[in-house]
Order: sequence, then structure tokens, then C-alpha cells
Amino acid sequence: MIEAFDLGLVLLILGLAVWTLVARDTFAAVAGFVAYGLLLALAWVRLRGIDVALTEAALGTGLTGAMLIGAATRLRRTEGQARKQHPGLVIRVLAGLLAACVTVALAVAVLALPDPAPTLAHETAENMAATGVGNPITAVLLAFRSMDTLLEAIVVLFALVGVWSLAPDSLWGGRPGRRHRVDPDGILAYLARILPPIGIIVGTYIFWIGADSPGGKFQGATLLAAMWLLVVMAGLADTPRTVSTVLRVALVAGPLIFIGVGAYGAAVAGAFLGFPDGLAKLLIKLVEWALFPSLALTLALIVAGAPERRRPE
Amino acid sequence: MIDGATLFGLCAAVLVGLGLYALIVNPQPLRKIVAFNVVGSGVFLLFGAIAYRGAAAGWGGDPLPQALLITGLVVAFCASALALAVLLRLFDETGSATLDPEAEPTAEANAEPAAKLDPDRLEG
Repeated sequence: MIEAFDLGLVLLILGLAVWTLVARDTFAAVAGFVAYGLLLALAWVRLRGIDVALTEAALGTGLTGAMLIGAATRLRRTEGQARKQHPGLVIRVLAGLLAACVTVALAVAVLALPDPAPTLAHETAENMAATGVGNPITAVLLAFRSMDTLLEAIVVLFALVGVWSLAPDSLWGGRPGRRHRVDPDGILAYLARILPPIGIIVGTYIFWIGADSPGGKFQGATLLAAMWLLVVMAGLADTPRTVSTVLRVALVAGPLIFIGVGAYGAAVAGAFLGFPDGLAKLLIKLVEWALFPSLALTLALIVAGAPERRRPE
Repeated sequence: MIDGATLFGLCAAVLVGLGLYALIVNPQPLRKIVAFNVVGSGVFLLFGAIAYRGAAAGWGGDPLPQALLITGLVVAFCASALALAVLLRLFDETGSATLDPEAEPTAEANAEPAAKLDPDRLEG
């Protein structure tokens, strides 16, 4: 049976998705996207994916929303011109047909899903004791599918390298973003002083409990990144020079330690990223502790963007 | 009779369709990135509904697809960030944000060349 809450939630999500996609003003559309993302996080709670809900709210909505709002503000003057390029009726009808076909195909697939549903929950439960962690998601991310997580950490790092590479040659190695100047007695500067201590504690807590409860390094690191971005946006701190060696070491430390743990597994347990008996929880914790600060830094710098200011001669 | 998982699955199917339509039809690159994110969230939600159906062993959902979803969300964030960075560089170089190779920069963009990237912009 469908509960009224779920039905209302789905209707709101669909309504906000339509608003996000058709709103004339891009800024309004992006604001709609943020609200849409928060409602999606609620849907994840309803689907019993608390870990996913945290990631969606923090990363999929918070950081992505911050980047989109920044871009929408800078591109505002191009709006009028872009609207004139709407495609003709034929393209729109064909696109509508294609989209309808995809939706119908997916809906048919959803209605034809096998019953009982295939699941790997039993296998996860049987083997989780060997990892020593209590949160099945963490067990999957850092033990059963740790290769995915290693590659994911490297993807995040490569995304930052890609963003930095988009700086013009003359600005390479400079500071990302513009220097923000705001009223030092204003509400933004006030919040940037009050919120970070709370945010850092909450972020670290979400990271800390990740081994046994919903939470983990990605969600916690996102919160820390958001706190730092708030301080930067309020003009209380500046972004670091991307040429800094200390910064670059901190960025690669997490993935490098992860690879080191993998190599240790290859030497001792007979497989890359294999964990020797009894040491699994220790090694998982080591990887989490190594990745947490590197991830927070990488995510924050990705949002800060490409270098835009160079050192005065 | 359809249950909660099916309801969210059908919602996901509609989201993918809506996002795909906007991705093709909307000419603004920034709106295409938003539309692509809507398609992505639809795919994730569909996967999440399938994870929910796989609930067993005392958990509310199958932890394996849920863990893969977290990986997916992080990678989707990275892809969006890279797309936005490319778009902003395009704007800094040309003063316009269009995928149309024939398009001239807007009158407004020409009127305000300071918006173009100053290669010697100094820290300050």
C-alpha cells in the first residue's frame, strides 16, 4: 500500500523537478534544484538509505547547489541571448517522444521487477563480522568493494586537477575564486564566525560514527568543506595558492595512504586491498582517517574553482 | 496494488524523462548541467528503489547498492564541477555562454569588457 506521505512527497519532487527545468530565470531554477535535492534526501530516508540521504543532502544538494548558484550569478548577463536560441518545434516534439519512450521503458521495467527481489544483504551480513565494523555500508565501501572507493577518491582528486587545469597559463598556481569582501559586521560574517565550530563538530561526529551507524567520511568531509567555504565567502580567510607544496601533499596524502594499505594487503594477505585477519578494522580506520582530511580539502577546492588571481610580481 | 518502492521507482522513471527532455531542448549550458543532474538523480532514485526492495537480514535496504549509490553521488558531483568549470572558462574567454558556434557575444557582454578574464589579474 502507498502511504499518503510518500505520495505527497513524490508529487512535490516531480513538481519541483518541472519547476527547475522550465523556470525562465536560471537563478530561480537553481534555487528550485536545491529544494528538489532536499526533498530527494527525504525520499532516501523513506527508502531506508540514511547514508545515501546524508550524501544527497550534503554533496548532491549543498555543494552542488553552491557551485550552481555561483555559476548562475556569473552567467546572469548571458541569459537574454541564450533564450533566443530555443530549438524548433520538430526538435522539441522529437525530444518529447524520446523522453516519453525512455520514461515508459523504465516504468515498465519497474513494474516488472522480479519478486522476491534479488539481494546481497544476506552475504553482507554473513561476512560483516570479519571486517569488525557495524555499519554495512562502511563494510561494503571499505572492505568488500574497497577498490571502488579507492578509485572514487582518485576521481575526486582528478576532478580537482581538471578544474585547476582550466586556469589560463598566466594564472596557473594562483588562488582560486575572487577575494570576497563583505561587511565585517554583517550577518554573513557573523554566521561565518558562529557556525564553523558547530559544523566542524557535527562533521567530525558524522565521520566518527560512520563505522557503526549511518555516516562516514564523505558526508563528514562535505560538512567540513562547507564550513571552510562559508569562512572564505565571508572574507574571513582566503583560498590557498594552488602552487603550495603543503597543500598538494595534503591533497594526495589520503589516496596515497589508501594505495599503501592496498599494497600492504598484496604483500601480507595475498590480494591488493586484502586485509589480514584481525587487522581489518584497524586498516579500515586508518584509511578512513587518512581520507577524511584529504577529501574535505579536495571537495572544498573543487567548489572554489579554477585559479583566478596570481601573485603580484 | 503498487507499494512504496514501486511508487518511487515510477517517480524516478518520470524524473529521467523530464530531465532528458530539458537536456535536449534547453539551449543554455548551465540549464543542461542542471537537467543532467535531474536525470542522474532519477537514475539514482531508481537504483535506490531497487535497493529498498532487496531489504533483508534485518536492514531496511540492500547495503550493496546503497554503498554504490554513495560512490555514484560523489562521482556525479565531480562531473558537474568539471562541467561548470569548463563553462565558466568559456564565458571568461568569449564573454558569452552558448554552445552555438555562430553566436556573437551579447551586446551587454561587449558593453562590459571588464567581465572578460584579465590575464594579469592580481591578488588583492
